[in-house]
Amino acid sequence: MQELVIVGNGMVGQRFVEALRERDTDRRWRVTVLAEEGRPAYDRVNLSSLFDGRSAEDLNVVADGCYDDRHYSLHLDDAVAAIDRTARTVTTVRGRTVSYDALVLATGSAPFVPPVPGKDRPGCFVYRTIDDLDAIRAAAGRVPRRGRRAGLVVGGGLLGLEAARALRLLGLSPHVVELAPRLMPLQVDEGGGQLLRRQIEDLDVTVHCGTSVTGIDEDGDRLLATLANGTELDVDLVVFSAGVRPRDQLAREFGLDVGERGGVLVDDTCQTSDEHIYAIGECAAMGGRAYGLVAPGYDMAEVVADRLLGGAATFEAADTSTKLKLLGVDVASFGDALATTEGALEITLNDPVAGSYAKLVVDDAATTLLGGVLVGDASRYPALRPLVGRPLPADPVALIAPSGEPLALPDDAQVCSCHNLSKASICAAIGEQSLTDVAAVKACTKAGTGCGSCVPLLKTLLAESGVETSNALCEHFAMSRAQLFDAVRAGGLTGFTAIIETHGSGRGCDICKPAIASMLASMELGHILDGEQAALQDTNDHFLANLQRNGSYSVVPRVPGGEITPEGLIVIGEVARDFNLYTKITGGQRIDLFGARVEQLPAIWRRLVDAGFESGHAYGKALRTVKSCVGSTWCRYGVQDSVTLAIDLELRYRGLRSPHKIKAGVSGCARECAEAQAKDVGVIATENGWNLYVGGNGGFRPRHADLLLRDVDTDTLIRTIDRFLMFYIRTADRLQRTASWIESLSEGGAGGLDYVRSVIVDDALGIGAELDAAMTRHVASYRDEWADVLEDSERLQRFESFVNAPDTPDPSITFVTERGQPRPTLPLAVVQ
Amino acid sequence: MSAANPLSGALDVEWCVVPHHSRDNAPLNGIQPRWVVVCPLGRLQPERGVAALVDGVQVAVFRTHDGAVYALDNRDPYSGAYVLSRGIVGSRGDVPTVASPMYKQVFDLRTGACLDDDAVRVATYEVRIADDQVEVRR
Repeated sequence: MQELVIVGNGMVGQRFVEALRERDTDRRWRVTVLAEEGRPAYDRVNLSSLFDGRSAEDLNVVADGCYDDRHYSLHLDDAVAAIDRTARTVTTVRGRTVSYDALVLATGSAPFVPPVPGKDRPGCFVYRTIDDLDAIRAAAGRVPRRGRRAGLVVGGGLLGLEAARALRLLGLSPHVVELAPRLMPLQVDEGGGQLLRRQIEDLDVTVHCGTSVTGIDEDGDRLLATLANGTELDVDLVVFSAGVRPRDQLAREFGLDVGERGGVLVDDTCQTSDEHIYAIGECAAMGGRAYGLVAPGYDMAEVVADRLLGGAATFEAADTSTKLKLLGVDVASFGDALATTEGALEITLNDPVAGSYAKLVVDDAATTLLGGVLVGDASRYPALRPLVGRPLPADPVALIAPSGEPLALPDDAQVCSCHNLSKASICAAIGEQSLTDVAAVKACTKAGTGCGSCVPLLKTLLAESGVETSNALCEHFAMSRAQLFDAVRAGGLTGFTAIIETHGSGRGCDICKPAIASMLASMELGHILDGEQAALQDTNDHFLANLQRNGSYSVVPRVPGGEITPEGLIVIGEVARDFNLYTKITGGQRIDLFGARVEQLPAIWRRLVDAGFESGHAYGKALRTVKSCVGSTWCRYGVQDSVTLAIDLELRYRGLRSPHKIKAGVSGCARECAEAQAKDVGVIATENGWNLYVGGNGGFRPRHADLLLRDVDTDTLIRTIDRFLMFYIRTADRLQRTASWIESLSEGGAGGLDYVRSVIVDDALGIGAELDAAMTRHVASYRDEWADVLEDSERLQRFESFVNAPDTPDPSITFVTERGQPRPTLPLAVVQ
Repeated sequence: MSAANPLSGALDVEWCVVPHHSRDNAPLNGIQPRWVVVCPLGRLQPERGVAALVDGVQVAVFRTHDGAVYALDNRDPYSGAYVLSRGIVGSRGDVPTVASPMYKQVFDLRTGACLDDDAVRVATYEVRIADDQVEVRR
């Protein structure tokens, strides 16, 4: 076995490790990674999302179990200090010496800070690591909350605009200073830059192009930045993000060749001037040029992984294409975007009214696509980028015209640049593995799992492969849940027979019936067990309890906000004792009582209702709980009364039926003890009000919620949640949690949250009042389902074990005692 | 055929004297299968089921939208729990169905065949309507 040492654990270094680990099935290499930072590789491209509700853990890019393998070890916080090329060893700052047969430098780059007087003053930062962002956040937190709070970003490139976004998320008004005459000078041309600037300035970002910072002085507790054009800016902090420089110190110190403009000089196999040493990513200078983008770095990682296993891969021309959403503005740049090829022609469509700019660069014969720029609307990017270097499939104007037809891609066109997958390879996987949706294509091929920009293309490829991505609810309804809901509401239909005869076929099934039951329930058409509605309910809703594996049910009384009196606890305890029920505290701060037979449910609920309890709707696709921490009433750290808000919210939305369960949480301070960010609706108290998060969930694919509103008062908060929930109920698919619903509203993997915000905050669709009214109706018409059942002998009739022996318990339901409580003796399933 | 159409007129009811029918279910312990009254027809809500005890056997009795009545074994073979009567009644193609409430496998109400797995079938029982009463025979 040979020894491989990797210096650095950034995105490219980690990608290299995973590429090697995947392919080195014979275990030819033992891998040691020596990293300077204290945390394993993370997504540096999306650092600003740390201020948008994501945690450092969310940015982690290390595949699960990567370093559980004894052949792969990662040493954090232990930078390499020296290389002995003769002995083939490296020594770290902590004194660790490791020998190597091959050494890979993946040390990345460092921020470039222009030599501005005052650049080292307190309040001046760079933008490169999670630690840098933590420092910026801490500094922003110290800025008094009065008057205008501003930040200066030095550099108007990709990184600078990311930094401006970060400052904006921290509540500072950003100024961006760019030396070039336009923003993003490396990717975008003059026309695109103008549109980008206009759109960004609409977002409270002040842009200063064609000038530079000449000095930073202290001015009381603020900073005063002076620009070359004489402008003076009062700011609270300064972030330098004016580009990066390759970190090539090890190469310089230990005698490897470096490029004229920095970077470890490598050939097209990523080998340095020492045959045992490779360099990849931003520290490497390929043909004298270093790339400050992650995609070429990934390509280099693949090349070296291949070479180390005996392959003959070489680095082809770097793809510097990018597609980003910068401060909400789509920007894409691909190929020779700036038309530097001799004789290149440019075709431009500039629509300042619609806010879109598109340019294609073609060769002098106007037959081959060389590159392009898209600003404002980058939806054509995934289809255009793979065509670079190829004959134009249509008139270039038609390719960027807003109404243009979708393009058919050639088979060898690269669809996913992150994982280097061609159209042919993806289509082959679709055919061979019988893939039928985007999720399956992602899981099988990894396509679309990197930057996500090719996801719309995957849908096209599925369609081209003859896969119908149907949104039909089931065999009985050809339309989606949202379409059916619209049709039902518009037609005023209130019964299943009328609905299926008008819009469907057959007699329904376990998919469409509960879905329609849920729609009818949200139209407030009376008790869910009355009339035809009864036959639509899943067994849980039919018995208003949760079916367990032995055929018994569990019972969950509502405990709003998790607040319960001693008397309430005693009643629940007595009921559990008297009916021999197993009790367990749930994650939603209530008590679940297990092991009730159907014929016991009314008697159990009689006792609970008499003691003031209501249905907790644990059985329904409905609002479950609003979890809370104890809040400012008791907690030394709480800043708002989270318990009262949680109770108010739970009482407001109780009984609200929805496409899937809805969970909510309220935390009384930023310590977040209620885990609100793991909920569909999460509220976190601030000193000025509430922050509202949406779209979180635990479960199979845990996801943190995204910040929707900041520092709002209680009325605004509640109105926004009202609309969020109603909009979700009306437009989501069946069994679609809020997270995937929001994702489904996006174009190309981003923007779903922006769309939700535009609808429910800015009322872009003009349906705000309608959503408000629907929620008002819900609140007014709420009745406890269990109390209503107990008052109605017909509804009570169903709660019997046998229609001809209503008092005979199901003999198959039996229990044994475990830890002092009943536990089901499990029935034997015939079929596994 | 285990379906009886209530609209086809009254059937003869002969308690305990119906000879053993040529079915899969052999008489147990020498007990002759007999028609057992389960409930009035009105207790069967269209497109829902009820559980009944027929000579100690749990039977799931369903009434479909068109008025037909079916009887299956109440035991869900996938979980072993006696819950099929609590499933959602519907159709797949032209087949009247019930979906197990436990893991949602779908069964043909006429034959007991699992439509999601050729190898699985639950027992069916004869059922008829007589004098507005639902009767089942094992």
